[in-house]
Amino acid sequence: MAGKTLFDKIWDAHVVEVIKGGPSVVYIDKHLIHEVTSPQAFAGIDKRGIGVFRPQNTVATPDHNVPTVDQHLPIKDQLSRFQVDKLTENCEKHSITLYVLGHPFQGIVHVIGPELGITQPGMTMVCGDSHTSTHGAFGSVAFGIGTSEVEMVLATQCILQPKPKRMRINVEGELLKGVTAKDIILYIISKITASGGTGFFIEFAGSAIRELSMEGRMTVCNMSIESGARGGLIAPDDKTFEYIKGREFAPKGADFDKAVAKWKELKTDDDAVFDKELTYDAADIEPMITYGTNPGMGAKISGRIPVEQDIEKSNLMSFNKALNYMGFKAGDSIVGKEIDYVFVGSCTNGRIEDLREVAAFVKGRKKADNVTAWIVPGSKQIEKQANEEGITKILEEAGFKLRQPGCSACLAMNDDKIPEGKISVSTSNRNFEGRQGPGSRTMLASPLTAAAVAVSGKIVDPRTLL
Amino acid sequence: MAIDKFLTIESSVVPLPIENVDTDQIIPARFLKATTREGFGENLFRDWRFDKSDQPKPDFVLNQNVYSGSILVAAKNFGSGSSREHAAWAIHDYGFKVVVSSFFADIFKNNALNSGLLPVQISEEFLSGIFEAIEKDPATKLKVDLINQEITLLTAGEKEGFEINSYKKECLLNGYDDIDYLLGLKDVIEQFEQSRD
Repeated sequence: MAGKTLFDKIWDAHVVEVIKGGPSVVYIDKHLIHEVTSPQAFAGIDKRGIGVFRPQNTVATPDHNVPTVDQHLPIKDQLSRFQVDKLTENCEKHSITLYVLGHPFQGIVHVIGPELGITQPGMTMVCGDSHTSTHGAFGSVAFGIGTSEVEMVLATQCILQPKPKRMRINVEGELLKGVTAKDIILYIISKITASGGTGFFIEFAGSAIRELSMEGRMTVCNMSIESGARGGLIAPDDKTFEYIKGREFAPKGADFDKAVAKWKELKTDDDAVFDKELTYDAADIEPMITYGTNPGMGAKISGRIPVEQDIEKSNLMSFNKALNYMGFKAGDSIVGKEIDYVFVGSCTNGRIEDLREVAAFVKGRKKADNVTAWIVPGSKQIEKQANEEGITKILEEAGFKLRQPGCSACLAMNDDKIPEGKISVSTSNRNFEGRQGPGSRTMLASPLTAAAVAVSGKIVDPRTLL
Repeated sequence: MAIDKFLTIESSVVPLPIENVDTDQIIPARFLKATTREGFGENLFRDWRFDKSDQPKPDFVLNQNVYSGSILVAAKNFGSGSSREHAAWAIHDYGFKVVVSSFFADIFKNNALNSGLLPVQISEEFLSGIFEAIEKDPATKLKVDLINQEITLLTAGEKEGFEINSYKKECLLNGYDDIDYLLGLKDVIEQFEQSRD
């Protein structure tokens, strides 16, 4: 019998029951919730007159709707405030741990999970947010769910899911200078398209992936779902264990050693078979940026926007619609395009390593006058760390200001909206029409590229400034 | 908590021949601030449907009286992006009972099934056939028969089968939901927890 993939090992260990001709009942170890996708789920269990089955396995924080300035004041937007208050009310009623706005542990759910040691190898994790895939960087099976499914987990700690197929993507070799984790995942999605991963759970492997820091691995797994995949994961290794050690909810002392011994077994067997396997050469990856309105529309920043002949016939309509929306022409050079906004933040690239990278680049340089830049840390802990490490000061000297933690302009549910027609170079994960505000135009890139663009005032290949 | 029972539907169609329709187009994030499931239909396809001053855009299909019905037909990769179930709620709340496409995003498909909205996946050829028929005659009707898992283009009489897992089919036909099912498994789930300790 063929060996098992890492994904199969974790999934199979959590199957309570398989429904004949249907999905599996999968047990969930950790459930993260936030204010936007949970209120209807709580209303559902209240209506059924049942409680939360395992409240200790759910952790909550507000992130999507929160302002990124003056967080000590009541939230001005009435609907946002109501939704955030509802989360507090629901968590109090059902004894769920909640990190409210201003709490030292508050932040974007997918940033605080790993940061607090909640995320651990071998776990199943869900959250009513597609970027739950981020936690796969620790060798967990983590995926986003809808609100009915949030209700299932609150009610029974289980979820009904069809088992995805398995895909492995190997990135082998050394990354070029100026190429980061974000460029790897934008490159992969540009190759397999925004629907190429649909139906699959992707394991990322290969020497270039192993070399990534935990933060880098989180960026890759975070955006795995932008290919349509159910999630992404990376086998845990010493780097993973080192990251977890000593964190708030990580096992301590002898328990930690025991856990590590178990975690070390979490890898794909040599003879395991994948439904699909792809291999890329790390040396082929350059700094990437998107030019269109889905994350698969990415190109090498030094290159040109594709022309119709480069596009598959069935995608032509989307391609032309996207260029029309962005105000770009097929075949245009990407470098040199004027931009208006830079956003550094989100669960994709709002971690301390991202802020360090931006600070290191802008140190001794100045922000371009034509650029409005929003730099938003992913959590209160990152904000504190940025202050302690002098990052905040470096940013200020270069003309930037660090805002307060939240999802912010990634989805523009709060006031951080890119105005209509303006172009934003963003370290977030989606460039859909209007994603960063009605009529906004988004180009996705790495924090390093975003920093270079903020200083130059236009699209620039960051390698020319290193 | 029962969802509406799904019966066979015969209806004219609203065509949306756009690929990769993402959840941010179906329901933009700024309309996700409600704490109930109702009312999202009002903002379905908000930024395609209305201009800045909230006036209907005449070229968008939902603003064209010639198209109506409870079946939405969209081009491939429908519902990509966010996990927001609000996207399925918005489509359902607007009055659609079925979405037809040649390819659905995974989370959207689950969310639709959990919201009593039937996603019907058909071949590219059949989908093109539907779009062509609607172009010729906007009153073209489709019949969606869940029991026999068949979709029929009524004027031409052309049919195609579609897949749905037997568990979900049972749920839709009878108006059961997954939470009822899972609550019935409480003992099994507790045993599972004990077996892992």
